[in-house]
Amino acid sequence: MAKTVKSEEELGWKDLEVGCAVSQPGNASQYRVGDWRSNRPIWDFERCVKCGVCYLYCPDAAIHKNAEGYFEADLFYCKGCGICAMECPTRAIKMIEESE
Amino acid sequence: MAKRIGIENSIAAAEAIRMANVDVVAAYPITPQTHIVEHLAELVADGELDAEFIPVESEHSAMSVCCGSSAAGARTFTCTSAQGLALMNEIVFIAASLRLPIVMILANRSLSGPLSIWNDHTDVMSVRDCGWIQVFVENGQDLFDHVLFAYRVAEDPKVSLPVMINIDGFIGTHVIEAIEYWDEAQVKKYLPEFKPVNVLDPDHPITVGAFAVPGIFSEAKKAQDEALIDSKPHIIKAWKEMEKVIGREYRPVESYHAEGAETVFLTMGTFNETVSIAVDALREKGASVGQVKLRLWRPFPFEELRAALGGAKRIIVIDRAISYGGPGGPVASEIRAALYGEKNMPVITNFLCGFAGRDVTPKDFTAMYEKTLDLAKRGVVREEDYIFYGVRE
Repeated sequence: MAKTVKSEEELGWKDLEVGCAVSQPGNASQYRVGDWRSNRPIWDFERCVKCGVCYLYCPDAAIHKNAEGYFEADLFYCKGCGICAMECPTRAIKMIEESE
Repeated sequence: MAKRIGIENSIAAAEAIRMANVDVVAAYPITPQTHIVEHLAELVADGELDAEFIPVESEHSAMSVCCGSSAAGARTFTCTSAQGLALMNEIVFIAASLRLPIVMILANRSLSGPLSIWNDHTDVMSVRDCGWIQVFVENGQDLFDHVLFAYRVAEDPKVSLPVMINIDGFIGTHVIEAIEYWDEAQVKKYLPEFKPVNVLDPDHPITVGAFAVPGIFSEAKKAQDEALIDSKPHIIKAWKEMEKVIGREYRPVESYHAEGAETVFLTMGTFNETVSIAVDALREKGASVGQVKLRLWRPFPFEELRAALGGAKRIIVIDRAISYGGPGGPVASEIRAALYGEKNMPVITNFLCGFAGRDVTPKDFTAMYEKTLDLAKRGVVREEDYIFYGVRE
């Protein structure tokens, strides 16, 4: 959408492409959708069996595997929908309020 | 001088679109636009126009196809009227925000209801704020010339906006007039090849029509507004260039005996010519009266209009649409806004007339002139902000 790489808060109207076309493919990854979140998932690695169901169900592909093989959310992208917590077969994921 | 041909204005318009060598026509038939689209379908079927003719299932689809084809770099045309415009409304606004240089002829027809097929300006005024460049033409030659003008302006890389040509339905579309066709050399000289600013190309992928978050939406709207305002010098230049090629002169605001006249009519579309006849008759009787014709509706030509109307004591604005429960006619409310705060603000009377094809003759315009003089003399203009002319009690 913009001619230069700036955050949306820094862009002026002259920075926009004609018709707001997006000329750089894949730049949606720069958008911090994690800002929308009101609850965040936390993992209890004692209960986690590393099955990866949370990874498969996450609609934003925001869950990844860490070095020990456990799964965790990238909070830059996680919108806090809670699907991972709902689907986890061992109840290893809990949603807590961002204010906590 | 090229040969003049006696031909129906709609057919001539379709021939102008053929000369513009469009790549895609997507349209749904609706009275009184039908003859333009039907003739284009014939031209494509007969192999005289190498274009895709897409017979869509609705006007919403017509404008959607136009957006897609224009974004892919195809010179694109559509045409509609009234209810068709209402049905495509959503995409009309999107075409402008995407800065797609689509050209549309709007055969002006009354927006229902009651159901009507006849002419007025209620359809175009429903999309006044859609962001397109909007011009009004007054006869067949004007229509023919403006098809080529519209592509030149729309596709100017400094403009890149859709253009809407308004022609009064039936009164403008269905009459036979003597029209001077351009020759191929003139078209070639005037209308360069279409080189889109942005184009959908698998080798260089872009996204067209992405959403904008609140943090950027206002900037997007400001950019769109500036683009429309900034199109005016390019519009004027395109008219000047046209004059060099074909010798006819067009301007955003045109005058007829307006300079020095105490009372000035302001009109758009086919009423221009009828009012000129009334002006001639009144001037013969010694009246100080003239006429200003508004050709460019968007971007609104503030400076040109103030210059043309400056010095007039009274302005008679003719509207062919109404803002229900509002300030009367949309044209008059804009003229009042344009002149607000000017020195020696003239008295403005606003007559709503010519709805759904009702005839308005030079005699009627003379009556409006006399009514205006009477109201101004008695100082009661504000008591009748707008007047439905000729409505029976």
